[in-house]
Amino acid sequence: MNFLHIWAIVLRQFYLMRSNYSRIISLFLWITVDIFLWGFLTHYLNKITKPEFDFVQLLLGAILFWDFFTRIMHGVAMGFLEDVWSRNFVNLFCSPILLWEYLAGLLLSSLIIGSIALCIMSYIACFVFNLKLLNYGFMIFYFLIVLFIFGISLGILSISVILRFGPSAEWVIWPLPAVISPFAGIFYPVEILPGWMQFISRVLPASYIFESLRTIVLSKPVSILNFPLSFLLALIYLGICWFIFYLTYNYCLKTGLFAKYSAENIS
Amino acid sequence: MKEILSVNNLSKSYNGQVAIEDVSFSIYPNEIVGLLGPNGAGKTTTINIILGILKPDKGEVIIDGMNLKQFRSQILNKVNFFASYAPLPGNLKVYENLYIFSLLYGIKHAGKLLEKVIVQFSLEKFRNIKTGLLSSGEQTRVGLAKAILNSPNLLLLDEPTASLDPSVAREIRKTIKDFTKEKGCGVLWTSHNMHEIEEVCDRVIFLSYGKILLEGNPSALPKEYGEKNLEELFISLSKQPLEN
Repeated sequence: MNFLHIWAIVLRQFYLMRSNYSRIISLFLWITVDIFLWGFLTHYLNKITKPEFDFVQLLLGAILFWDFFTRIMHGVAMGFLEDVWSRNFVNLFCSPILLWEYLAGLLLSSLIIGSIALCIMSYIACFVFNLKLLNYGFMIFYFLIVLFIFGISLGILSISVILRFGPSAEWVIWPLPAVISPFAGIFYPVEILPGWMQFISRVLPASYIFESLRTIVLSKPVSILNFPLSFLLALIYLGICWFIFYLTYNYCLKTGLFAKYSAENIS
Repeated sequence: MKEILSVNNLSKSYNGQVAIEDVSFSIYPNEIVGLLGPNGAGKTTTINIILGILKPDKGEVIIDGMNLKQFRSQILNKVNFFASYAPLPGNLKVYENLYIFSLLYGIKHAGKLLEKVIVQFSLEKFRNIKTGLLSSGEQTRVGLAKAILNSPNLLLLDEPTASLDPSVAREIRKTIKDFTKEKGCGVLWTSHNMHEIEEVCDRVIFLSYGKILLEGNPSALPKEYGEKNLEELFISLSKQPLEN
């Protein structure tokens, strides 16, 4: 393992952001808008409903964790797309960097950007809308770890899709979190979903996180099974997505897709 | 003398269509070898296999005595590449690009080295300019600066002077020749400019329909085949059907 290789990928992201402020703005603008939007909505809901039910803790907290997950997933895909857009594959993959070092660089960049985004969101949510993050206790770390693993898994899956089907497959990956969101039970309990949707929910690690979050806010006992199950599911997703990426990488080596990314567009 | 690159019986097909078949050749230290052939002859396929970004169906690539399949990362530490169709990311500044690639090639404390290559390729005034804003000639110089960052034992150049004006092309040829002499590395050079090949290459290999047709000294070959110069030889070979 060579840390310089990983650092090169992280530094590249930093250089790109430093040279173009619109990248920084776009990274943080939407999450800030999201927090303000949901912040005002939850405050309004708190005003018109029973006082014992805190929508800020319930919905704003959920949106904060969901945005973190989305930021992580998109962060991995975005780092990869930078190489697609700049047609950098040949130069990159004919250097001594190993496949997993490249991925580690993308994950680290994504983690740094995701963490900064989380800090900004938490600051606004706590100080403007009075979200009490500490009420979740140490569970916060567990929520973040599971969502991080699930986020990078889907990020790796996204880059496999782009690698295999070309840059035009980009349109598939951006809305992926939105496609998952109805099943993840971010705003409502999974039980209210129809049976077939519940089945999908049960195989998504995120659904256990949001179930646990709701249970904590409602001061009910959290199912102890949720923790190992969601963590295990997240690891399974990571393993499957890594395997898909590995197969796609080998397919590209066999068909010469890496070279074609530089020389011509893939249809 | 021990070869730097040894390509043994390489074959590659795409969807049943043969790109290269049973290609074998070697490159020795201090030697510039021209890989010639008409479009679609298999030059880029050969280079991509040597670079490890394309898997051959058959055959092996040995660089510095190590098999590419088993020692990819170690080998690529001592190999580098430049092609006009693979410029460095245009959205990074020249210095940033060179610094990132120095890290990718495992070079610690690259500051002094970067200053040296920046001067060597006359890039001083472009160091803080985004690479994509430079002219073709300037981008070629940046790409070549990247290609020698790790002092490669083997340098692969795929049409390095394509789209350059004659004066810049001459300058680039001189820089590469000087580097080869100074470092004692092996160079594999593809080009469609036969005058350039005659000027820089010690040996040429003609590929046609994915097979090696002939190999030899670029000055002696035309006479041997009764042609006026390398360009005439190239044209006559390109027209000939391949003999089995």
